[in-house]
Amino acid sequence: MTRTPAWDVAATVPDPELPVVTIADLGILRDVTEDDRGRVHVQITPTYSGCPAMETIRDDLVDALTLAGYSQVDVELVLSPAWTTDWLTDDARTKLEAYGVAPPAARVAGAGDGPVPLSLSVRCPQCGSPDTRESSRFGSTACKSLWVCRSCREPFDHFKPL
Amino acid sequence: MSLKAHVDYVLGLADDALVSAQRLGWWISRAPQLEEDVALANIGLDQLGQARALLAHAGRLEGEGRGEDDLAHLRDDREFRNVKLVERPQEDFGVAMARMLLFSAWQTELYAALRSSADETLAAVAAKAVKEVTYHADHAVHWVVRLGDGTEESHARMQAALDAEWPWLAELFEPADAGLVAAGVAVDPPALRDAVLARVEAVVGEATLQVPQVDDAVGGGRRGLHTEALGHLLADMQHLHRSHPGASW
Repeated sequence: MTRTPAWDVAATVPDPELPVVTIADLGILRDVTEDDRGRVHVQITPTYSGCPAMETIRDDLVDALTLAGYSQVDVELVLSPAWTTDWLTDDARTKLEAYGVAPPAARVAGAGDGPVPLSLSVRCPQCGSPDTRESSRFGSTACKSLWVCRSCREPFDHFKPL
Repeated sequence: MSLKAHVDYVLGLADDALVSAQRLGWWISRAPQLEEDVALANIGLDQLGQARALLAHAGRLEGEGRGEDDLAHLRDDREFRNVKLVERPQEDFGVAMARMLLFSAWQTELYAALRSSADETLAAVAAKAVKEVTYHADHAVHWVVRLGDGTEESHARMQAALDAEWPWLAELFEPADAGLVAAGVAVDPPALRDAVLARVEAVVGEATLQVPQVDDAVGGGRRGLHTEALGHLLADMQHLHRSHPGASW
């Protein structure tokens, strides 16, 4: 990936569902190429196949790059390689936690291969307690699950590992 | 390897996901708890996303200018290539979970194998989808174990649901086009059987349920032979698009 001026503009586009992080922080922004005539080609990858935010992200990229003076912006959705939460930057994890969303732990190879799944404890982003429980594996968006903290009693979202 | 066989194979997988998404959508506002509404909607959304990518791919392969919406909304039931497992109504929660258990076990093995397909788009969709269906399988496992190993009532109803869905499992393992398999594009469905059954039977045991001893239902979904239920589902799913051609919002 090349950090061109167009990349720097594209990288400022926030995620529409988690505006505290950008699409670059999340690893959704895969590549940006520009030619000497001001044409930009952007590649983005969805977090989940059905992520409804992709349409908005596409529009936001076109708006941001057009505003920055690029004459023609073309956004391509690429599926391979498949997005993983391992692509979240450390900065993204810090910002998510400050925002009240527990960031994903790094995935453990081989975990979850048995018939009955196991899950590791998630730390409450409000009070920091590890004494939490999952109330639903599926939350307000495809990429999050719902948790409750047993210490401070607050519910919170967890960015689930993928 | 014929182009028609290739298009039909991709359409089959696309239609499985699309019809499954539509059935899951029925549960929104009807699930036993709010979290379950959200869960089934999320799982349906994953299926819809997989269906969209696969339909778009089938349309490009076919080369006749049909896009994902044309394929989803402007084909009649005899042109759908999904298995019958996913098309029948599932208005009992136990049935919905039994079906998800079987279907997600199959999709997990299928997509895992398709990651090395010679069709690069299919391989890319599969690499993404396999991670999503792992969550679907987890969800089904939790419920089947909780209900099966629950009260006398929930145990009996979960067993009845499993008995009702089991006959439709066999169709998932009907052989695919031999040319496609030889070319490394398609995964040979019979080759998935042992791994899928091992996944499912481990859960059935954990849930204190019995593996059903029932006859297989008649297949044919991949050839466009469907139950009456698919026509009703498509009428519901397609009527808006057909009533207002080209509408968008």
